[in-house]
Amino acid sequence: MALAETAQLRPVPEVTRLRRRPPVALWTAAGLVGLAAVLPVFYLAVRALDGGAAGAAELLFRARTLDILISTAALILTVTFFSMAIALPVAWLTMRTDMPFRRVLSVVSVLPLVVPSFVLAMTAISVAGPRGMLQRALESPFGIERLPSIYGLPGATLVIVIVSYPYVLLTVRSALRRMDPSLEEASRTMGYGAFRTFRSVTLPLLRPALAAGALLAALYALSDFGAVALMRYETFTWAIFVQYESAFDRSIAATLSLVLVALAVVILLAEGFTRGSGAYHRISAGAVRPMRPVELGAWRWPAFTFTMIPVIAGLIIPVGLLLFWLVRGVTNGEQMLPLWGPTRNSVYVSFLAAVVTLAAAVPVAVLAVRYRSIMSRLIERATYIGFGLPGIVVALSLVFFGVNVALPLYQTTALLVVGYAMLFLPAAVGALRASLLQVSPRVEEAAQSLGRPQWRVILTVTLPLVMPGALAGAAIVFLMTMKELPATLILSPIGFKTLATSIWGSATEAFFARTAAPALLLILASGLPTAYLVLRDRNRNSVDVS
Amino acid sequence: MRLPWRNATYADPASERSRNSETGVIHLQGVRCDYGNGAAPALDDFSLLVKAGEFVSVLGRSGAGKTTALRVIAGFERVTAGYVRIGGRLAGSSFVHLPPDQRRVGLVFQDYALFPHLTVAENVAFGLQSGNGTLQGRNERRVNGGSGKADRKSRIEPILEMTGLTGYERRYVHELSGGQQQRVALARALAPEPVALLLDEPFSNLDRELRSSLRREVREIVKRVGATTILVTHDREEALAMADRVAVMGQGRIEQIGAPEDVYRSPVSPDVARLVGPCELIPGIVRGSRVETEAGRFPLKFEGGALEDGAKVQALMRASELEIAPSENGVDARVVFREFRGEFTEYSVMLPSGVVIRVRRRSAGALEDGERVGIQERDGSDIIVFPV
Repeated sequence: MALAETAQLRPVPEVTRLRRRPPVALWTAAGLVGLAAVLPVFYLAVRALDGGAAGAAELLFRARTLDILISTAALILTVTFFSMAIALPVAWLTMRTDMPFRRVLSVVSVLPLVVPSFVLAMTAISVAGPRGMLQRALESPFGIERLPSIYGLPGATLVIVIVSYPYVLLTVRSALRRMDPSLEEASRTMGYGAFRTFRSVTLPLLRPALAAGALLAALYALSDFGAVALMRYETFTWAIFVQYESAFDRSIAATLSLVLVALAVVILLAEGFTRGSGAYHRISAGAVRPMRPVELGAWRWPAFTFTMIPVIAGLIIPVGLLLFWLVRGVTNGEQMLPLWGPTRNSVYVSFLAAVVTLAAAVPVAVLAVRYRSIMSRLIERATYIGFGLPGIVVALSLVFFGVNVALPLYQTTALLVVGYAMLFLPAAVGALRASLLQVSPRVEEAAQSLGRPQWRVILTVTLPLVMPGALAGAAIVFLMTMKELPATLILSPIGFKTLATSIWGSATEAFFARTAAPALLLILASGLPTAYLVLRDRNRNSVDVS
Repeated sequence: MRLPWRNATYADPASERSRNSETGVIHLQGVRCDYGNGAAPALDDFSLLVKAGEFVSVLGRSGAGKTTALRVIAGFERVTAGYVRIGGRLAGSSFVHLPPDQRRVGLVFQDYALFPHLTVAENVAFGLQSGNGTLQGRNERRVNGGSGKADRKSRIEPILEMTGLTGYERRYVHELSGGQQQRVALARALAPEPVALLLDEPFSNLDRELRSSLRREVREIVKRVGATTILVTHDREEALAMADRVAVMGQGRIEQIGAPEDVYRSPVSPDVARLVGPCELIPGIVRGSRVETEAGRFPLKFEGGALEDGAKVQALMRASELEIAPSENGVDARVVFREFRGEFTEYSVMLPSGVVIRVRRRSAGALEDGERVGIQERDGSDIIVFPV
């Protein structure tokens, strides 16, 4: 490579230099990624104020806007509360006790994550909705003709809690895993029982992780579109979508999106506030000693049942129902959705999204980890925008951007992939960042002092070492893209159907049974890699499972 | 074929050695290194010359800039003034910076920095890969047509044997003990036959017992292969025991360099004295050839010329140069603490001003806590003084 040949006697400019200056190429690439992440949101603001500030203000202070705001806030609060109420005990039970089958359960309890919310909503409606299976089963023996309606807040909460509690579970569990067990042991030696120890030692130590998990759940509730739409619960995402589909004046959708952005910011700030100083959340390095599990005694089976409830509701019932529909459909020769085209499209765009997102994440992560500065931190933060923003907002901003600035891109898969990349960049950056942090810069320096130029060090040392993390990041992006609904609906070219959008099309017309095959495929495609990731994570970090 | 008018390159060890014996394998002159954050420079007017085959240890407190000095030599930090020559070649100055991969300097890191994705053999052979950016690498490739796998294996075998790693070739580094990892780090640094070997606090992660045995072993290996070596450490025992010469570092520069015995016997400043051995400095006044202190009158030693009678000085009180015996007259010095160390006992003796000095004594005939003692110089010892 030319760089190595010419670098023999490299002149250094006389200005005072920082400790390590990042290569220009790295800078430029990361800067472009950061800019690309910010630009559409900026554009959204411009578009919202198109009709004049007065118009936007008028729209904001309508009574209906307030209604939507209240519904959205109510959903966020209920989802956050119930997610924590399920995840916290499940995390402790699967990590610290002798609950039956806890090793299996520790994987299984995460898996409702892979069921797309609109698929779960669909199965929930056909089980517990009006004239649903539950009501029919109860009608003949008990004469019950009406169940409390599942539509509205209860149904939306139920579905979103089940698909979002695994996020809380994962963050809490990884904090539990890294926590020094001697802290809990010390509490036991001072005469505190298992449950008091949990309350007065474990729980306070878990607070930051719990807050981080609650943040994920809250943001998920804020951004979910499929479940609230099917449950006919009007939150911002649904209102924006309806406005976008029907109204001629798209600045209304843009204005509502800005309110959603503001809500996301409020949630992010709230999480930062609860985290407080966070300094007491110190984790001892190195391998964690195995710990004697807490004996549950008579509570073993109730604990098992508790852990299984969300799994039954979120995984076993939906998958069973889909299988039933599939078998019935095939044997009765019912009309089913075509499978091949959407599958190919889904895999195609998801793969592209994974590759593009990872490529965009590399310069950002390297800059953030290896060359810390205010600028590099700013760029990293900019890429986190996708994390706080609902898919529908990012998609809308890209539509506006495409129509007004980059028309050749509008209605292309390229713009769709850009949208996915913006949404899922934080996941990829996070995974890469974590594995880069594991690689000591000394190791890279050792390689260099042994005679390898920097680019070969990156290829032969850094890359092999971060490869598992990078692949995990790419896998996560792939899975999230497969499931992503609103961005796909808004950004995909006309006639371009993925698994998610074709399921959605039938679901909105209440042809639930037709979606069986693509829905199962979607669950399977995201379930297998997720199980792998969970297992890998568990085996790598802990000795307490063996 | 080598033409006489062409500059000698690394490919010819004989010419390299002869040249280096005059100019030094590693030569830093007036080096300054800033981190550019407005703080004081990590190195300021740092000069060091290490000759071929020499073992020099750099002793200093943490934060003195020891590791920075190593990183400057290895090429991980740039210098803002002065120059760095390695093997006679200009490697760093304010306008030249040879990247680390072209310096042929072996570095053993404090935390070893072994490659976790490679086996022991692969780690050790890492620097032997064909096409590494050195002149030697290129020349050899041209001559041998590249160093093949078999060639690499034969080249690492003697090194593995020397470092006691034979039989561990296929292990991954995390399967090794701390001491073995340390050996791998050393073997890896030595395998490419570096111009110089740099050791950055290499024993600090090991337990005491292992440390002293590895110390001996490392010195033996380094001497056997004739590597020019620089060791940086904050452990005075390590610095004094291992090196041919000790360089004592103050803030960003070398205060004194010399044979360990000389530096210990004649430190040039109170700072150096404190670094090379436990001691206490107490005020004194010159009276002829003696120094008068609250601990007593001692023959003085001063190498910076003549001292006027009545001059104020600081007297260096070191356990190795003092003796105590029970005494009821003279100064009011009392034993306040004693530590039994087996062969000898170390006593802490409080002087009238409250300063505590430490003195060693054979364990037979123990002194009691609170016992009043007299302090004398040990036979033939002089007390070093520094003018105030």
